[in-house]
Amino acid sequence: MSEKQFKHKLYVKKGLKVAFTPETLEKIKIIISHYPEGQQKSALIPVLHIAQEEMGGSLNVDIMDYVAELLGITPIEVYEVATFYSQFYLDPVGKYVIEVCQTGPCAICGADDMIAYLEDKLKIKVGETTEDKLFSLKAVECLGACGSAPVMQVNTEFHEFLDLKKIDEIIAQLRSESEIKKPEELTWKERLS
Amino acid sequence: MERKIILENIEIEGIRSLEVYRENGGYKSIEKALKKMTPDEVVNEVKTSGLRGRGGAGFPTGMKWSFIDKKSGNPRYLVCNADESEPGTFKDRYLLMNIPHRLIEGMICASYALGANKAYIYVRGEFKTVIGILNEAIKESYKAGLLGKNILGSGYDLDLHVHTGAGAYICGEETALLESLEGKRGNPRLKPPFPAIKGLYDCPTVVNNVETLANIGWIVNNGGEEYAKIGVGRSTGTKLISACGNINNPGVYEIELGLPVEEFIYSDKYCGGVKGGKELKAVIPGGSSVPILPKHLILKTAEGQPRLMSYESLSEGGFVSGSMLGSGGFIVYDEDACIVRNTYNFSRFYHHESCGQCSPCREGTSWMESVLHRIENGEGRMKDIDLLVSIAGKIEGNTICPLGDAAAWPVAAAIRHFRHEFEFHVENPEVVKNVKHGSLEKYMEIPAVTGE
Repeated sequence: MSEKQFKHKLYVKKGLKVAFTPETLEKIKIIISHYPEGQQKSALIPVLHIAQEEMGGSLNVDIMDYVAELLGITPIEVYEVATFYSQFYLDPVGKYVIEVCQTGPCAICGADDMIAYLEDKLKIKVGETTEDKLFSLKAVECLGACGSAPVMQVNTEFHEFLDLKKIDEIIAQLRSESEIKKPEELTWKERLS
Repeated sequence: MERKIILENIEIEGIRSLEVYRENGGYKSIEKALKKMTPDEVVNEVKTSGLRGRGGAGFPTGMKWSFIDKKSGNPRYLVCNADESEPGTFKDRYLLMNIPHRLIEGMICASYALGANKAYIYVRGEFKTVIGILNEAIKESYKAGLLGKNILGSGYDLDLHVHTGAGAYICGEETALLESLEGKRGNPRLKPPFPAIKGLYDCPTVVNNVETLANIGWIVNNGGEEYAKIGVGRSTGTKLISACGNINNPGVYEIELGLPVEEFIYSDKYCGGVKGGKELKAVIPGGSSVPILPKHLILKTAEGQPRLMSYESLSEGGFVSGSMLGSGGFIVYDEDACIVRNTYNFSRFYHHESCGQCSPCREGTSWMESVLHRIENGEGRMKDIDLLVSIAGKIEGNTICPLGDAAAWPVAAAIRHFRHEFEFHVENPEVVKNVKHGSLEKYMEIPAVTGE
């Protein structure tokens, strides 16, 4: 192997100190109590949702190791789950993650054009984040709202029956929200416990 | 005749709340089941009703329940599958957004019948709003004594919780769902043992779809025999159909099984015909996994009989000329839809969603996507078409879970019924390369993409 050894992003530990607030820890305790004794590993996906939301929008090895410790499981058990599910991001994302559905029913209703329009408008390609770290654009598979195609979600909030005008409005609204504080939407923590 | 079981009262304002739901007859079945019936009697009513799993497979629900292992003495679980992610299917989301107590009521009866004291609703992570609504509804039910210890003084205890996924189609498969509920990757398990023997935490478990469980309250209230009178033949009851694609009225419809497909597509009560007055080209009647059928085979069977919305009628003719009712995800394609592009789209979906456990599916879905990609982009060869059929045949039946079949069927069916479109793509690479979306004509109608 060459000098420059391949290093997976999972092994890059920054040694950041991460911890949930006492209030969040209380909520997590409630979530763990939903499962039988000794099965706290079941709380892994819900806890990762909360971690991702509260710790900057994406996961990294420091956060995952912390979650492993919290649930009393090995780090690899967290890594293998975090890499399997598409809602967990292992790369930094913008404040608003725009995920446009590109599967069949949305595709025949114009999803490709919506994606092209967003790429053009935000001046990024699918998979990228804007320079101001405000928007990340992703093309995802079926969001389960085919009756109101084309559909996209912005941080898991659905926007349906999209057209170019609607996209303009949504982006404009998000841009202005990012200046004033975003009106409080229920967080994962609140929804799950 | 219009019968509503699941969506009954859905138009009433505030039906999402426990108070309004109860005012309109909600939760009556709990009193009856928990106080006047034995668990076995509930199971028997469901057996008599002929109710079949509404998630896609159509397995008789009562029979599934009767397989649950009661001898081992291990705790039993009921898990509701709300990981709705089959392209074209959005009925469960609609139900849960609007009338969540219908599911909770059904789950209490079902858990009682199974002798389960713990139940979970597995909701896909993208449905964050649904999760909030469900948890709100569960809290209301706990407060009203409908959940928790000694429900309505019956001596029966049940804890119900929502569990969330995080974006994986495969977790809709019941054993993958259980793995995910245990906090693992969603890799399906080898069966047997079936979940009824070894399911969640190795304990006896029943996994049912949202819509299946939403029927249970009605069956307890009115009896299995009444339920069996609705529908046609072995397709009893009603079914939620989520209609989408190129139609005038996309949405969720509750139909009595046995409704003619033609009426469903063209009646203003349902789809309202093809959008823009265009000609119907094809329909996928049960979610993206089931075979696509061209117009002449979806409206009538190969024998010329009218095709009905039922498990039997839609699968008449096998895969040669039939399809499946599946999950009720009804996708309609108009004359301009490009079947090759659509098939490529779905194969990309299955490649993305394959868990990677079985080689035929992991490698096969990847190859199908690549080959379809080159045909769609004008770089295909004539022998690619048979190559696709061959790959599909090698995946089907050779994997642990049905995702392999689900990935193979749409490709095989598209080539079976629309081979000429694939050949056209190979023969006319220049034409194909210049069309970005559907047919050229259709593309022109979509506003040009411009910057800000």
